[in-house]
Amino acid sequence: MEKYRANLLMCAGTGCVASGTPKVRAAIEEELIKKGLENEIKIVLTGCNGFCAEGPVMLVYPEEIFYQKLTVAEVPKLVEEHFLKGRPYEKLMFKDIEKRHAIPLMNDIPFFKHQVLRVLRNKGLIDPDSIDEYIARDGYMAAAKALTEMSPEDIIKAIKDAGVRGRGGAGFPTGLKWEFASKSVADQKYMLCNGDEGDPGAFMDRSVMEADPHSVIEGMIIGAKAIGSSKGVIYVRAEYPLAVQRLQNAIDDCRERGLLGNDILGSGFSFDLEIYLGAGAFVCGEETALMRSIEGQRGMPRPRPPFPAHKGLWDKPSVLNNVETLAQIAPTILNGPEWYRQLGTEKSAGSKVFALTGDIRNVGLVEVPMGTPLKTIIYDIGGGMKNKKKKFKSVQMGGPSGGCIPEELIDIPVTYEDVVKTGAIMGSGGMVVMDEDTCMVSTAKFFLEFTADESCGKCTPCRVGTRVMLDMLTDITEGRGREGDIETLQDLSNDIIATSLCGLGQTAPNPILSTIRYFKDEYEAHIHQKWCKTGICSDLCSFEISEDVCTGCGACARACPQGAIVGEKKKPHSIIQDLCIQCRSCYDRCAFQSIKIGPAKEKDKTAVAVKDQEE
Amino acid sequence: MAKLTIDDLKKIKEKQKATFTLREGGSRAKITVHMGTCGIAAGARTIMTALIDEITKAGVEDVITTTSGCAGLCAREPMITVELLNKAPVKYGDLTEEKIREIFSEHVLKGNPVEKYALVVGSETTY
Repeated sequence: MEKYRANLLMCAGTGCVASGTPKVRAAIEEELIKKGLENEIKIVLTGCNGFCAEGPVMLVYPEEIFYQKLTVAEVPKLVEEHFLKGRPYEKLMFKDIEKRHAIPLMNDIPFFKHQVLRVLRNKGLIDPDSIDEYIARDGYMAAAKALTEMSPEDIIKAIKDAGVRGRGGAGFPTGLKWEFASKSVADQKYMLCNGDEGDPGAFMDRSVMEADPHSVIEGMIIGAKAIGSSKGVIYVRAEYPLAVQRLQNAIDDCRERGLLGNDILGSGFSFDLEIYLGAGAFVCGEETALMRSIEGQRGMPRPRPPFPAHKGLWDKPSVLNNVETLAQIAPTILNGPEWYRQLGTEKSAGSKVFALTGDIRNVGLVEVPMGTPLKTIIYDIGGGMKNKKKKFKSVQMGGPSGGCIPEELIDIPVTYEDVVKTGAIMGSGGMVVMDEDTCMVSTAKFFLEFTADESCGKCTPCRVGTRVMLDMLTDITEGRGREGDIETLQDLSNDIIATSLCGLGQTAPNPILSTIRYFKDEYEAHIHQKWCKTGICSDLCSFEISEDVCTGCGACARACPQGAIVGEKKKPHSIIQDLCIQCRSCYDRCAFQSIKIGPAKEKDKTAVAVKDQEE
Repeated sequence: MAKLTIDDLKKIKEKQKATFTLREGGSRAKITVHMGTCGIAAGARTIMTALIDEITKAGVEDVITTTSGCAGLCAREPMITVELLNKAPVKYGDLTEEKIREIFSEHVLKGNPVEKYALVVGSETTY
C-alpha cells in the first residue's frame, strides 16, 4: 500500500456535490500534481459530513483541520499554503460568529463538539465505496460475531436489552419486532430495509446510505440471522440516485467477498439482498404499503393484523426496519447492550440523528444522545437563528405526522415520551426551525397540502378528511375564515385520527392540532380580525412605515416591485396603500424594523389594475 | 476474489491501520518538515520524499509526517522537527537525504536522538 502523509476527506454527500465538490476536487488534484504532491496527499471522497450549510466542506488529516465553502478560485492558494508550506489557510476556516476569529480544529467547532457519533460513526471518515475502509473501522466484525457465536435468541436478547427502538418514527422496540418474526414458522422470511425517507426536511437516511452503506447491510445480515431470513430487500426512493449507486456498489463488493450470498464468512448462514426502487410516494413509507409496492402492486396500506411479522411481503413473515435503526445494530452487537445504554434515558436509549433545517444557522445533520435538551440542539449545535435579529418561534418535529413545539417548551429533553407529550412526534428526526416571521396557520396548511396530496385514497377519512381540512385552512388564510372553524378543525382532526386506516391518516391532523394548541391566538386573529401578524398571508395584512423609526435609506423603495413606496432621501418614507400587494419585500429588506404589519385594509383594488395596465 | 473469512477481516483491518492512524490520531511519532520558501529552496522536498520512502520501507504505521512553515533559522534549512510521544521535540538542521535516513532509523525507530545533527531540544516559548 502506498504511504500518504495527509488525507483530504472531501464531502461527497448530495449537499456538497450540489455546492461544488466535483469541481473543487478536480482543481485540487490538478494543483497537487502541479506542486508534485500527488503521491504524498490522498483525496478521499466521503459521505455526508453533516455540516451541509457550509459546503463544500473538507477535513484535512492528520491535523484535523476543517475547511468550508471551498471554491475553485481559492484552491491554488490553499494547496500552496497548507499542503506545501504547512500553514493552515485561515480564509477558508469556520469563523466563530461572535468572536470573528477562525476556528481551525474540527472538534473546536460547536456544531461538531456537542455531537456523539454512533449511527454516523463513519460519516466523513471513510470512503463509502471502499469495503476495506469500512472493515478497518470494525466493519463486519459484528456480523462475524452474530453469525458464529450467537444464536438468534442471543441476538434478539441483546437488541432488546439495549432498548433499541425503531428510528423511523413510531419507536417500536426493534428486538420485539425481530422476536415476533423469529417465532413465525415459514419456508421463507424477508428482512427489509425502509429507505423511503419521505418527510419534508428529513435527510438522515439518505446520508447514512450515502456515507456508510455497509453499516445498513451489516445490520440487515444480523437481523436476517435473528429472524431466520435468507432474502432481503432495501427499498429506496429513486430520487436518491447517489444512495442507490453506493448501496449497489456495496452489495456488489459484499457478494464478491462472500459477505452476502451462500455460507457467509464460512458460518453456514446464507443471505442475499437486492435494492428495490420506489417512486417516491409518501405512503410507501408505511410498512404494508411498502410491501405491496415491492410486489409490484399500487402502494396502498392494508389493515393490520395480520402484522408483517406473520404475513408480510408475498404473505411471508417479514421485518421492516428503518435505515437509521439498522445502522446502529452492528456496534450494539459488538459492544453489548450496556454500551448502547450509556447514552440516552431508560425508555429512550442510545442516540438519534436529526436533520436541522429551516431558519437555523447551521443547517445540517447532527447526532446527539437521546434526552439532549431541545435548546442545546437549536442554540449550541444549530447556532441559533439564521437571522440574528429574529426570535425563535417554534420547531416542527416529525414532519407531516408531527407537530410544532413552541418556545416555552424549548427546555424539554428530546426523548420519544417527552416529544409526544408536546403533541409532536419524534418521527424520523426532521427538525424544521421557524423564527418569529413564520405564520403558524400557513405552516399547518403547508403540511396538510402535503398529506392531502400524498393520501393514497384508499380510506375515506384520510382521502376526504385531509382535503376538507385543507380547504378550511385555505379559507382561513385567505380571509374567509368563520366563527367555529377552529372547533370544527379540532373535531374533524380527532375523527380522522380515530378512523383512518394507516399511520398517514392517523397522524395527518397533528400539525393542525399542535398549532391550535400553542398558537390559537394566531388562528383567532386570522379568523376574527382578518390579521396575519407575520404578513405571510397576503390577504390578511397591511404594511405601514413608522415615521419615527424610518431613516429614509430607501432600501424598501428599491425592493418594492409595485413602486408603492415614496419619500425623500433621508426622510421618513410612506406606502401608497392602494398600490401595495402585501408581498412583504419591504419588511424583509428594512434593517431598522420600521415596517409594521397591521390587519387587512379596505382598498381601491382598481389602483393596482390601472398601474399594471400603464406598464 | 476469494471469499472472506473472519481472519481476513482482521487482516484487512490491520492493513488499513496506517490510514486510520492518520485520520484518528494516536500516532507515536510526528515528523514536521519545515517547508517555508527557504526550506523548499534548500531542498526540503527531497527530505520529504526520502522520509515517506523510509516510512514505507520500514512498514511502520504509527508515524505521521506533516509540513509547517519556516522555523526562523533559514540559514540552517532544510530542517525537521521530530516529536516522539511524551518526549520533548528535537529540531535538526542542515539536512541531506543521507542524514534524514539516519535520523529516521536512529531517532524515530529506535528512540535515540542523533546528537551530531541536532540543533535544539524543546520548543520555543510562545505566548
